[in-house]
Amino acid sequence: MEGRGATSAVLVRMSRVNKRFGNGVVALKDLDLDIGEHQFVSLLGPSGCGKSTALRLIAGLGRPSSGKIEWPGSADHRAARDIGFVFQEPTLMPWAKVFDNVYLPLRLQRRTRGDAVRDVSAALEMVGLTGFEQAYPRELSGGMKMRVSIARALVTRPRLLLMDEPFAALDEITRFKLNNDLLELWRSQAWTVVFVTHSVYESVYLSNRIVVIAARPGRVFAEHAIDAPYPRGAEFRTSAVYNEYCRVISQSLAQAMSA
Amino acid sequence: MTAQTDDIDDIPEREKRWARIVLPAAIGVLVLVAWDLVVRINHIPHYILPGPALVATSLWNDWPTLWPALLVTLRITFMALAVAVIGGVGLALLFAQSRWIEISFFPYAVILQVTPIIAIAPLILIFVDDTHVALLICAWIVAFFPILSNTTLGLNSADHNLLNLFQLYGASRWQVLRFLRVPSALPYFLGGLRIAGGLALIGAVVAEFTAGTAGKGSGLAFRILEAGYRLNIPRMFAALVLVTGTGVLIFLLFTAVSHLMLRKWHESAMKRET
Repeated sequence: MEGRGATSAVLVRMSRVNKRFGNGVVALKDLDLDIGEHQFVSLLGPSGCGKSTALRLIAGLGRPSSGKIEWPGSADHRAARDIGFVFQEPTLMPWAKVFDNVYLPLRLQRRTRGDAVRDVSAALEMVGLTGFEQAYPRELSGGMKMRVSIARALVTRPRLLLMDEPFAALDEITRFKLNNDLLELWRSQAWTVVFVTHSVYESVYLSNRIVVIAARPGRVFAEHAIDAPYPRGAEFRTSAVYNEYCRVISQSLAQAMSA
Repeated sequence: MTAQTDDIDDIPEREKRWARIVLPAAIGVLVLVAWDLVVRINHIPHYILPGPALVATSLWNDWPTLWPALLVTLRITFMALAVAVIGGVGLALLFAQSRWIEISFFPYAVILQVTPIIAIAPLILIFVDDTHVALLICAWIVAFFPILSNTTLGLNSADHNLLNLFQLYGASRWQVLRFLRVPSALPYFLGGLRIAGGLALIGAVVAEFTAGTAGKGSGLAFRILEAGYRLNIPRMFAALVLVTGTGVLIFLLFTAVSHLMLRKWHESAMKRET
């Protein structure tokens, strides 16, 4: 898990993927990207560089204009069920209690409530929200709402977790805490994570692989392996190694933005 | 924050509740006193403008005539509202299934709404033999549009990310409707219902005016017309007070229903905690 992702089996492969929207904007151009199993990959780039578009295409929430997205290890239709998606906003249903929000993916798979209780409880326990089943989203803080959103993504036990700048709207203290919890979960479960962010510091802290995306049109500009060992914590955040990685990635991002 | 919102927000909750009752009531009393004074000082005859006391007396004395009429008007109002809810929600659900259906039919719903009911009521009364049914149709036409328009808006207002999530999990059309679109539309529908409740009453009254039916089955509007012909202006005012009071009660009823259904989660019905 600790090493460079290139050695692990490919879970998703994007080959020469192009995405052009109806209004003529080319969001992605010839994007080649392999996501290896058990990797924590960050897609890093400026706003509007197409990183979210790439994530949505992986999730099947849109089709590439040309190019291919393949799941070498599994048939497509099965893979779709194996994806959890976390948006930038918590995106909870305000009329539903925490339990029902987390139960949603299972309900859509026609699992009965009684049958789903164990999985929902397990997911809530993973994000530290046991006891909040009957609360409404409005009764929770921003960080707790995001935890519910993560629990909902985890409840189907996905192989691939797609996260679209999930902590961008949170305060720094909450973000650090959620970063740590996410890393713990990733290490204890056998997931692959694709994490979209525009924060150099967050991407270095979390990932073992960073893909820098250049804008207009979106394409892979550079790839970096972050070989620092896990578990990572406060010591890592303040270490010289971390700072050096941040410096290198910042440079790479600056070059991508002027490219 | 602006100074205007500050004043009322700084008052404690209990006093605010009192103020909500006492202030409008005080304005009401002032208006009644002014009305009474105008009538007395200017010696206005009661067949032109009766004083409030005379109107109240008339309301009491004419109750045996007014009460059955009120029931007739109420029955038409609520039946029209029920049909408007069924039709409006049904059509909105159909619109939500296909953009093409919505594009094809919505302009006609708008035409129905903008055509003045007073202008087509006589036609409906000619086309439909049963006066009761004709009145119902008139009240329905007026009440139908806000329900349709609001519910359609609500069904289309589901959070886009949630729609994506439903798509990601392979939700069926029915699941999207049941678990996402319908709950999203609820506050909009209830808003439409509040407007439609008052409009159904207005529609019923307008249609009764046009129909002008006498006899046992006549509603409040006919009593107003009748009192006008007989220059029984105090009774006319009493009937008017009843119509207006009924409208206010219908509005309060649906406001309460809306509050009960949304208080747990919707911004409009929640108490602010700061």
